[in-house]
Amino acid sequence: MEKLFETLKLAAKTLKANKLRSSLTMLGVIIGVTSVILLVSIGSGLKSYITGQLEDLGSNLLMVMPGEMEMGSESSGSMPGAGMAAPKFTMNHQKELQAKGVNIKRVMAYTENNATLAYAGKKHITQVAGVTYEYPDIRNQKAVLGTFFNVSQQESAKKVVVLGATVAEKLFGSENPVGKKITLSESKFTVLGVLEKKGALGGNDMDNQAFIPVPTALDTFEMDYVLAFWVQAKSKEQVEPAKEEVKKILLRTLKDDEFSVIDTKGLLSMVSQILGTLTVALAGIAGISLLVGGIGIMNIMLVSVMERTKEIGLRKAIGATPKIIMTQFLIESIVLSVGGGLIGIILGFSGSVLINQFFPAIVTVWSILLAFLVSVIIGVVFGVMPAARAARLNPIQALRYE
Amino acid sequence: MDSLSMPILRDINLTIKKNEFISIVGPSGSGKSTLMHLIGLLDTPTSGRIFLDNENISQLSEERMAKLRNQKIGFVFQTFNLIPRTSALANVELPLIYAGVPDEQRKERALKMLQAMGLGERVNHFPNQLSGGEQQRVAIARALINNPSLILADEPTGNLDSKTGAQIMEILKKLKKDGNTVVLVTHDLEVAKIADRIIKIYDGKII
Repeated sequence: MEKLFETLKLAAKTLKANKLRSSLTMLGVIIGVTSVILLVSIGSGLKSYITGQLEDLGSNLLMVMPGEMEMGSESSGSMPGAGMAAPKFTMNHQKELQAKGVNIKRVMAYTENNATLAYAGKKHITQVAGVTYEYPDIRNQKAVLGTFFNVSQQESAKKVVVLGATVAEKLFGSENPVGKKITLSESKFTVLGVLEKKGALGGNDMDNQAFIPVPTALDTFEMDYVLAFWVQAKSKEQVEPAKEEVKKILLRTLKDDEFSVIDTKGLLSMVSQILGTLTVALAGIAGISLLVGGIGIMNIMLVSVMERTKEIGLRKAIGATPKIIMTQFLIESIVLSVGGGLIGIILGFSGSVLINQFFPAIVTVWSILLAFLVSVIIGVVFGVMPAARAARLNPIQALRYE
Repeated sequence: MDSLSMPILRDINLTIKKNEFISIVGPSGSGKSTLMHLIGLLDTPTSGRIFLDNENISQLSEERMAKLRNQKIGFVFQTFNLIPRTSALANVELPLIYAGVPDEQRKERALKMLQAMGLGERVNHFPNQLSGGEQQRVAIARALINNPSLILADEPTGNLDSKTGAQIMEILKKLKKDGNTVVLVTHDLEVAKIADRIIKIYDGKII
């Protein structure tokens, strides 16, 4: 124990004597550990944000999307065909689902298109969603100015629009947009209201949208089909029967592979699977820089053994056993890697906290433990070879080395 | 070592008594360094036996050899071989660290030894802040610190001017007077004469 402590002191002294070299060597591990922690934090932050958003939708919500979508939990997390296939949903489907579904509370058709909105010389390109009058209830998002469109405006395909907060600000600034006429894809639309802010996810502004009735959207963008349906079941318990009902009704007019019905639970597990895979992949890429850092340590340790050949010879001559020499060099490389790891953890942690001000990032305990463990392992693995080389040196030859 | 099939030393029969001061003289390539390495447990003979304090040391494990070097041999080299960027005191302490002597005791003994070598004022100097003679005195202090059975000095004056060299020789003589056993290896017959007994070696044989 006494000897181990002495070796630790010795290692610290040697590393301090070569400050620049030691810190540059550590830098590799620092960068590796910092990026592992940062990327894992961002991945986990993103996951919990999106999961939270989906949970906001409510647990009794179903989505009907075009194309076939595999929901197998054992799948790789990809979405084969989803969104790729051309939608074949019409407003008749919506009416049919609404009328015949016993377990269905309401059905909302949905379209989305990009369009240019213009008002008084100002132009803004944004996403225009075709929705039904139930949208504010389903998304739990109210109009702060004016109102959302009502059922009669929807049925008669009136050219009315409700703006997201960002769109309203871009086009109108501080002016009240309610009642104003704007140009949307070459037609005049009346602004009915402005929705409350929902916030941004990273660079993706959720308030940068405009909403028009679905029939209006089909007219304006000259489409025959809607993109998707959001189906609300009457209760949580009725989600499964509602799902079966939707399938049964749609199968009368559509083929099996032309649509998929997804519940929020399935969507949640799919999203968390995709983001989980993404996080692991990101951590893996960052892990490569850790590996490079480890190789850097090995390189420097080999140089150090070479440089100190004479010193090693002398230590052996005055009684250092191969084991002591081995421990001495091994501890040096472990101090380098663990030191780098600890600094990396501090940087990764504070970096994540900083990033969290702008973008969801959650520091996970497992990423810190993993990063620390990996840096210890790196110190040992990449230190063993140089240390063994030092321990094996023949004292006579080592003493003669110039 | 190089795997030469030609033996470097042949028919060596040598006994060094306790408290004897002998010198081994020979030209370079004569085998005197190899003889010293064998005596100092840095090398093992291909055949034959060597005893140190009645222990057969000719075929020991590396661990055991290291331990014996630590406890029974004190090396003094031509090039001093002090550890750079390490104080004189820490250099002298080193064998005691490997012997497992606790910190306090180590410092005290090393300090006393350096004082005995007339270096009481220089204990915290680094080797590059010391003159050649001073460095060699630190090295001698290091060789003595563990009370070895044998002090092996390999050309200890080779890197020193004649005046400083003479001082080092005086120290070796005094070591013998204090009861130590000293083996001096040199190519210089004049230097060798200081010892009680001279062993001449040529072509691997004692002549």
